[in-house]
Amino acid sequence: MFGSIDPSLLIASLMVASVPILLAAIGELVVEKAGVLNLGVEGMMIMGAVCGFVTAVETGNPYLGFVGGAVGAAALALIFALLTQYLLTNQVATGLALTLFGLGLSSLIGQGYVGIKPPMTGAVPFGPLADLPFFGRVLFGHDWVVYFSVAVIAAVAYVLKVTRAGLILRAVGESHDAAHALGYKVTRIRVLAILFGGAMAGVGGAYLSLIRVPQWTDGITAGAGWIALAIVVFASWKPWRVLLGAYLFGGITVLQLNLQAAGSGIPVEYLSMAPYLITILVLVVMSSGKGRASLNAPAALGQNFHASR
Amino acid sequence: MNRRTLLATVTMAATLAFGGAAFAQDKLKACWVYVGPVGDGGWTYQHDQGRLAVIEAFGDKVDASTFQENVPEGADAERVLTQMALSGCKIIFTTSFGYMDATNAVAAKFPDVKFEHATGFKRDYPNVSTYNARFYEGRAVMGTIAGRMTKSNKIGYIGSFPIPEVIQGINASFIHAKKVNPDVTMSVVWAYTWFDPAKEADSAKALIEQGVDVILQHTDSTAPLAEAAKTPGVIGFGQASDMSEYKPSPRVSSIIDNWAPYYVERVGALLDGTYTQKDTWAGIAGGEVQIGEITDAVPAEVKAEAEALAASIAAGTYHPFTGPLNKQDGTPWLADGVVATDADFGGMDFYLEGIVGDIPK
Repeated sequence: MFGSIDPSLLIASLMVASVPILLAAIGELVVEKAGVLNLGVEGMMIMGAVCGFVTAVETGNPYLGFVGGAVGAAALALIFALLTQYLLTNQVATGLALTLFGLGLSSLIGQGYVGIKPPMTGAVPFGPLADLPFFGRVLFGHDWVVYFSVAVIAAVAYVLKVTRAGLILRAVGESHDAAHALGYKVTRIRVLAILFGGAMAGVGGAYLSLIRVPQWTDGITAGAGWIALAIVVFASWKPWRVLLGAYLFGGITVLQLNLQAAGSGIPVEYLSMAPYLITILVLVVMSSGKGRASLNAPAALGQNFHASR
Repeated sequence: MNRRTLLATVTMAATLAFGGAAFAQDKLKACWVYVGPVGDGGWTYQHDQGRLAVIEAFGDKVDASTFQENVPEGADAERVLTQMALSGCKIIFTTSFGYMDATNAVAAKFPDVKFEHATGFKRDYPNVSTYNARFYEGRAVMGTIAGRMTKSNKIGYIGSFPIPEVIQGINASFIHAKKVNPDVTMSVVWAYTWFDPAKEADSAKALIEQGVDVILQHTDSTAPLAEAAKTPGVIGFGQASDMSEYKPSPRVSSIIDNWAPYYVERVGALLDGTYTQKDTWAGIAGGEVQIGEITDAVPAEVKAEAEALAASIAAGTYHPFTGPLNKQDGTPWLADGVVATDADFGGMDFYLEGIVGDIPK
């Protein structure tokens, strides 16, 4: 059944397929570690996709496109930050509204850009390394965003675990009152975390419209933002597990198409639902062990903070 | 400006505006409902080209400026159609299979409005006509090129939904590829969408990883061609529209839906009062299906062979589904020399002999 599927190709393409959800999930992880629940990941991703696409097409430079995507999505995240951090609106409702707003706004911005080819982003030239058997294809044949996404995971893991800034961020997420009493600017730190989350979601979205597809069309993210949210819980708020979760989801998505193309006897309907089914299954297993996953959640997650209390 | 001249100006402006409106009423208003964005570069783009041809052909006599993009198949379509009928549209073209029930439901309420449903088969009311194109004729030509061009002897097909129209395309491509290259095999991936570039790109990628070097698509975006462009040696075909931005390779040819003659004919018939309900199903001969330019990436003799096949289909001397043909399980479908009838096509829910895999139910 798996006979004609080349494992090195499969691993290489699952790394590519996972990049958007990986970036969006690691951004959201930082946001949630700071105690903010932003359900608008989908909206920020699609804003990143359209802003990145427009920037790349207008400037002719794919790298600027990614910067544009990050800025566009961070601008949308700023709206969320203003509403929830200064006007103290409900985070769940605001996040959902942000998704709906982002989907509509991106469609409006993208009106004149449907059916255009963006400038191409090539693979990073590794020279002879790319010709290595197996490893050459798996490790050295990708575009720069694939490496960037792994580097972001490593950086976030390092900052959260080792540095003082990470400690402060976690303190804000665990108990904003205690952090405030110690003199940390809770609101400012949270706004910065939200902006980082937006920028990462934006780069993930821009990856879809600039490299993976590459094209702009309404609703291009097709639910990837929601998967990213699930992966943060799946990873029980640990950066390296985000990588694992994203690669697992991306891997099953790619595998199911490969199985179809290879002519396996498994009915298409089961293959199509497999990625979602397995994500739900793992989530259930993870959170079943006497609330272990939920114990790991930041204690102040989703709670608004005001200094007067 | 004193008050009197101001009033006079306002009155004159109002007269002009209403006069203009009255004049617009005299025009025949034709309207279109699209399933995707006009800029999809494929299916909807071609329907919009047909609309523009109507404007060109009739000028001031017809108001064909009304269209609605991205209308979901379902309850929303019914609302859009009702709105159009109320706003004075006299003929409405609904351009996707999924609008079938909505079109008939709204047609019942507006007997004076003509409804034209693309690719459907339900004509429940006298004011509903249907029209379709024999895409399988074009697919036969693409299949011939695919069979000649493949080096790995593996061709791939990205299917949208398992409906007869798509299955006809798969069967027509396969039997003609097999005819010129007996070693060829075909992999089918069902994307379950008409238009989702991310999914179409992933499907193309999976096919390429399986060693496929010729991709046929039955989905509407250019994403599979963009994916094919990343791997040297992989070719594909434009679908619904020419997709000429991917010339000369990976796009080596295309199957173009040309709705302009039909739209001009129907609107013209309504103008001069000769309009009647009908079911139209034209192909290469009628000009509704066109074969896009075959590029230099294809050897001259293959190009000549493909063009000869298209010409023989157009002349009626050859039918793409001519027996002997067996179904996938080996049971006979068409006896030697027998050609498929339109009734055979409507119920096509099986693969022909040699295709592996099952059609999702």
